[in-house]
Amino acid sequence: MKLFVNNREIEVPASAMQKRIVEFLREDLDLTGTKNACDIGACGACTILVNDEPLRICVKLVKDFAGARILTIEGLAAPDGTLHPLQQAFLDCGAIQCGYCTPGMVLTAHAFLLKNPRPTRDQIRQAIFKNLCRCTGYQQIIDAIEKAAPHYQREERGLQAASASEKAETQKSSNDSELAGVEAG
Amino acid sequence: MSKPETKCWRNDAYAKVTGKAKFTDDLKFVNALHAAPAYSDFVHARILSIDTSAAEKVSGVIRVLTAKDVPGVNRFGQIIRDYRIFADDKIRYHGDVVAVIVAETREIAISAAQLVKVNAEPLPAVLDPEAAMLPDAPLVHENHGSNIVNTHVVRRGNVDNGFKQADFVIEEMFRTQTIEHAYMETEAAICVTRSTDGVIEVYGSMQHPFSTRRFVAACLGVALSEIEVIGTPMGGGFGGKDDTAAIVCARTALAAKLLGRPVKMVYRRDWSMRESYKRHPYRVAYKMGVTKAGRITAVQCRIVADGGAYCSVTPWVTWRSTVQCCGPYVVENVHCDTFGVYTNNVVAGAMRGFGSPQMNFVIEQVVEMAAVKVGISGIEFRRRNMVRQGSVTITGQKLDGHKVAMEQVLDAVLKEIDYEKKLGWCSHGKTSTTPQGLGVRQPSAAVEREPAFESGGGPPQSKTLSRELEQDELYGMGVAMSYRGVSLGAEGVDFCSAIINAQADGSIFLETGIHENGQGSESAMLLICAEELGVDLNRIRYRRSSTSSIPDSGTTVASRGTIMGGGAVTLAARELKKKIAEAFCEKLHCAADEVRFKDNFIWGKATRMECGDMSPLSSTRHVASFQSADMSTHSKISFAEAMRQMWAMQKFPFALGVFRAPRVSWDEHTGQGDAYFTWVYGCQAVELTVNKRTGKVRLLNAVAAHDVGRAVNPEMVRGQIYGGMAMSAGYALHEEVKAPGGKMTTLNLNTYRLPRSMDLPEMKVIIVENPDPVSPTGAKSIGEPANEILAPAIANAIFNATGVRHFSLPIKLGAMPEATACEEGCK
Repeated sequence: MKLFVNNREIEVPASAMQKRIVEFLREDLDLTGTKNACDIGACGACTILVNDEPLRICVKLVKDFAGARILTIEGLAAPDGTLHPLQQAFLDCGAIQCGYCTPGMVLTAHAFLLKNPRPTRDQIRQAIFKNLCRCTGYQQIIDAIEKAAPHYQREERGLQAASASEKAETQKSSNDSELAGVEAG
Repeated sequence: MSKPETKCWRNDAYAKVTGKAKFTDDLKFVNALHAAPAYSDFVHARILSIDTSAAEKVSGVIRVLTAKDVPGVNRFGQIIRDYRIFADDKIRYHGDVVAVIVAETREIAISAAQLVKVNAEPLPAVLDPEAAMLPDAPLVHENHGSNIVNTHVVRRGNVDNGFKQADFVIEEMFRTQTIEHAYMETEAAICVTRSTDGVIEVYGSMQHPFSTRRFVAACLGVALSEIEVIGTPMGGGFGGKDDTAAIVCARTALAAKLLGRPVKMVYRRDWSMRESYKRHPYRVAYKMGVTKAGRITAVQCRIVADGGAYCSVTPWVTWRSTVQCCGPYVVENVHCDTFGVYTNNVVAGAMRGFGSPQMNFVIEQVVEMAAVKVGISGIEFRRRNMVRQGSVTITGQKLDGHKVAMEQVLDAVLKEIDYEKKLGWCSHGKTSTTPQGLGVRQPSAAVEREPAFESGGGPPQSKTLSRELEQDELYGMGVAMSYRGVSLGAEGVDFCSAIINAQADGSIFLETGIHENGQGSESAMLLICAEELGVDLNRIRYRRSSTSSIPDSGTTVASRGTIMGGGAVTLAARELKKKIAEAFCEKLHCAADEVRFKDNFIWGKATRMECGDMSPLSSTRHVASFQSADMSTHSKISFAEAMRQMWAMQKFPFALGVFRAPRVSWDEHTGQGDAYFTWVYGCQAVELTVNKRTGKVRLLNAVAAHDVGRAVNPEMVRGQIYGGMAMSAGYALHEEVKAPGGKMTTLNLNTYRLPRSMDLPEMKVIIVENPDPVSPTGAKSIGEPANEILAPAIANAIFNATGVRHFSLPIKLGAMPEATACEEGCK
């Protein structure tokens, strides 16, 4: 069985199939950014992205993730260590105190913003409803998610541009496709 | 410039937001064993024997530890040594640990723990603190002679005379519940014996490394120098990671010492909930006399705090309740009796607020009830009685030497929330004389206020309301305020140290005796140090804390981190600057006391412009004016070059700073004295709706103003206040640990109802700064002040919405059929 964790292909040994995935990530892959604070899926500290969907994994087993594309908090920043704009927003807005809920919170917000790059504050509030934080009262976390939203809007435009230019390429000459890219961008 | 460019700055934020921060459970040691605790199912019982044989036989179990394996002292406690590392003579509560299983894996340890059998003679459980105080009650600790852990009193004036002067007397009984800290990271420890010298290194989630070291050393029967507690990122404490966290470390260290291998014990949430100490549930009988003119003439109160099975810090918690039993009001005649009581309930100890959230829930409702009797607003009643500059507290302490900012924070909140207007929106008439109407709205009031809901001026159109009022919702707004003694006060020894150790290349190490609990203490210390030394923040590195490298500075509780740690950092920086100035003043052509530290340089005699503004944490405006002066005529040397030269001169740029809290005093017999060396002032307000049919409370908006002395890291100050308000909202409306028959049933975060994002409103924070002369940085406190008044504000808002007073926490609202019926009938 294979897993794709943070863009890395992982061959899962048969002996690990019955393990909880949270333990496999933390113990076998040393990706300890994913936390486990309740063991029953109540707090959201163990949230990771599975095929871009946020998932609380503390009660799930490795075998249920065959072929899955997993993003953990370790995979969000650029390889050179530059923070993702969402992470930077968490820093800038004072959204981090003890930091134990932070990985799950950031990934939940990331998945949400990918789908909803223009959220209201109420929608942000709803989006992080399943993630508990005891330190912050969520206020600065919501501030941070709101602050990062424009980045996702640009990404969205970028994607639209890319898909527009792709279409153009198949249908028109290369000259035209360049133009379409500029327009969409 | 020493101020960071970003809006908020933390030295640990990058590691935390990328998942690189290594909390205790994230640490790995080769060949480590895993441990798990074993409990019994008794609540109160005399232990006859503990049978560990079945557990020992499980494959993979290395050893089962019980009290008889403790080479040192099995009992510990900061005040009374009654808390067992392992239960020995008796089971005193359902969370008592009888054994610890050490195994090759965590799973094996957990499964074997269930096989430990306790043979015991059940004893009658004492679960009611009032019953526990009766002479014939079964004793939780026989050798204590009584179930009363401690008493405190306040005796001021003559309450009989005071009540005679009163035109009205308000008398009520209040109850508060048991609540859980619910730090996201549970208790955890890894202990490793260092092979080179046998010292046991303790990595763990605890907020008092020094008392942890003390308890571990005592348990193992070794010297303090044989234990090193090493600072590890911590997933929240809120006062809850003192005793229980230390005991988890002690058990783990014992296993590591006996077995010669690293041992890890990470608490499962249900163990944490079952065993860890909680916030004390209180019963408070409160009586207040007031005159027609709205003056308080007397307060009599009787406070009973259920301390559970062990003493923990019950005497200190209840002491703060006693000192602050009249809130921020001047009362000439006070008679307060406070009792901390042993029961067989879960242990109660320190939790953010430390005895004040319970009392403020009482006081801030009583003043509103008194205002109704007098016929004035709650705010006006507060103004007539609250402490002002030079006021004398109920313990005889004159409030001078710092700015008494009670009215300042009150006014700030009233203005921000638009109090006068919002009060008019409230569904229940504020001048109603029938507050016990159980939700019955007065017809006249209803008619008067109905338009407010439907016309242009009502709540639905307010900017502060994120959602419109729904059908069947009543609107209320409430306020509460408090003052709070800073740091430990007369509870105990209060001093703190900091070490600054500059290196030959100009980089700097800083460490303090304050612990990073997640609140950002290291960042605050670094900011203070950078500003005081006039160097860039990135030059200074916070040295990983260790009990072996810095003097015992007490526990990081009591909102004392910034004032005590920051004070020590400032004094250390001043000491260091003195050494540097003496080494370079000749080269800089000036006297030592004329040397200045700015912009990573050490400067000779100053211009006039810069004179007279050498306050710590000076503003960026000052830096700008300083730069605009013509510096070319001044001798200067870069900080890095100066450090290099000091090395060559064989002088260490090293300084220890010690900040001692100013003197406090206390007479236990009269309850009089200068209880705290300074005070902080806070006020919070909340808007909410109550659904008449379901009783559901929806928080719409919350505002807080706190005088913090000086905000070292403003965004983190806001974070403390937002978080404190959230926790207080949970206290008011949702949170409760339930333990029928002494056996806890609230064992995880699905049944323990923490505030979630949707439960909370948008919050607004107003930081008030009145630098405190006794604090070297000017800064005071915020962690606990932020957490002690939203619950009564919510209670007051619910009253203003429904006309119903709630005397118990959490506030439980059901459907209000009477109100609905009246509503229909009235229309």
